[in-house]
Amino acid sequence: MTRVTTSLVPTVRPRRAKSGLRRLGQVLTPVWLPLLLIAVWWFATANSTSPFFPPLGDILVDTWNQWVVFGAWTNAVVSVRNLLIGYVFGTLIGIIGGSLLWRLRYLRVAMNPIIYFLYVLPAPALLPAMIAIFGIGDMRQIALIALGSIWPTLLNTLDGMRGVDTVKFDTAKALRLGGWRTYFRLVLPGAGPQIAAGLRASLTVGIVLMVVSEMVAANSGIGFFILQAQAEFAIKKMWTGILVLALIGTVLNYLFVFVERRALRWYYRSRALGSS
Amino acid sequence: MSIATAVPTATETVLAVDGLRKIYDEGTDHANMAIDTVSFEVDKGEFVCIVGPSGAGKTTLLRCISGLASPSAGTVAFEGRPLSGVPEQLGLVFQDYSRSLYPWFTNGDNVALPLSARGMPRAERAARVAETLEAVGLGHVAKKYPWELSGGMQQRVAIARALSYRPELLLMDEPFASVDAQTRFDLEDLILKVRRELGITVVLVTHDIDEAIYLGDRIVVLSKNPSVVREIVEVQFGSERSQVETRSSPEFLELRNHLLSLVMPKDV
Repeated sequence: MTRVTTSLVPTVRPRRAKSGLRRLGQVLTPVWLPLLLIAVWWFATANSTSPFFPPLGDILVDTWNQWVVFGAWTNAVVSVRNLLIGYVFGTLIGIIGGSLLWRLRYLRVAMNPIIYFLYVLPAPALLPAMIAIFGIGDMRQIALIALGSIWPTLLNTLDGMRGVDTVKFDTAKALRLGGWRTYFRLVLPGAGPQIAAGLRASLTVGIVLMVVSEMVAANSGIGFFILQAQAEFAIKKMWTGILVLALIGTVLNYLFVFVERRALRWYYRSRALGSS
Repeated sequence: MSIATAVPTATETVLAVDGLRKIYDEGTDHANMAIDTVSFEVDKGEFVCIVGPSGAGKTTLLRCISGLASPSAGTVAFEGRPLSGVPEQLGLVFQDYSRSLYPWFTNGDNVALPLSARGMPRAERAARVAETLEAVGLGHVAKKYPWELSGGMQQRVAIARALSYRPELLLMDEPFASVDAQTRFDLEDLILKVRRELGITVVLVTHDIDEAIYLGDRIVVLSKNPSVVREIVEVQFGSERSQVETRSSPEFLELRNHLLSLVMPKDV
């Protein structure tokens, strides 16, 4: 065989030879763009005198001062606590509700229009009603986060459970697993990947609602901090809030993926095997 | 045939199918009769194969006699009692192992599933799982997942799962249709061995005439849709069979011709 060209035809790389350079490349591939953007941000604002875009270095210093030295971290604690409580409640209701709708066909038919009505209704629109019902305080935040995070989980749970293979149900009957055992050993794990997708969407919704609810008639939380700083025209302080928020969101998302990869190891590994 | 009252246990009927009929969507304008009338009996310790052309309602028949589906008319009795759901003493093996095994459990947990459902204590369960997997030649895969195994091995796990609770009757729906030819021979011999060792009654549905002759003591031949029993053929090979010799014996070829003419009648 003659080689046609050297540059256009991709050559097959030897599989085993994993040089240190390639390993470095594997580490750098996912992080080079964020690093580049941070560098751009850093240098573009380095000599900035604009009150709206203070130098990144100043923001970082101020973040340390505001959140650690001056004790604003309590705002983050309140926010995350409200988020977690609301999220756990909301997603539990979502999974249980989705399971009930899966099991009870008549309930499903009856509830269908109501669920979609509530699903398309933007949860922040309920904020005034929430204030009227729960007053001002953590309870209202938690309730709003819970309410918003119900729907993605509920709909994905229902969908996932309805998609479980009929042969697997026949198997459950043949093995005489019974109702609860069928639910916990077949339906719940079978719908697992899709429930996880719902849980993740709920987390995103929950974070949005956390911030939004803290920006209206609240006296603590990251959203409150950001809005307060902006009202005081302390733009640098405002940026520190946004930075902390982004940091918390990223950490929560990575944490979620970490747990999901472990809980659904069978799913990712079987898929990886199937495609190779 | 049977001289009644001589030895009642010798010809104990495990499964009695009488006048079974199955119509899907009965009463609607697209009603579809899958099975017209099918009657046969399976005695204890027997190996009965059900063959028929494709689309003969074989799977429907199996679903009805296993209790997964209810017949439109006629009765199915398991050990003398009419069916209501799948009986406890019945093991079922489906064609598609990748759909019937639970991929979120290890092979050991898959096999343990019916045991825990039957309330077997944990220690006894572990021993039984190991023993059953050993019996199908898979002593080393309890901690692995089904999707880490080859197709033939996965079907062995499914067979082990159906055998783990020591059922009286093993029902199999085209169990070897999704594996390659060599594996198929291995699995056929495995089933014969298991049957010899456990003294279990087996009903196997297949479209493969050779397989039916090689495995069965009797073969129920179905017509095409809507199914009736065309003939019940006796096979006299005894319990020891070999892939090479049995399949090349003149009796085998004669039976094969006979069954082919039943499954594919020239006058239709």
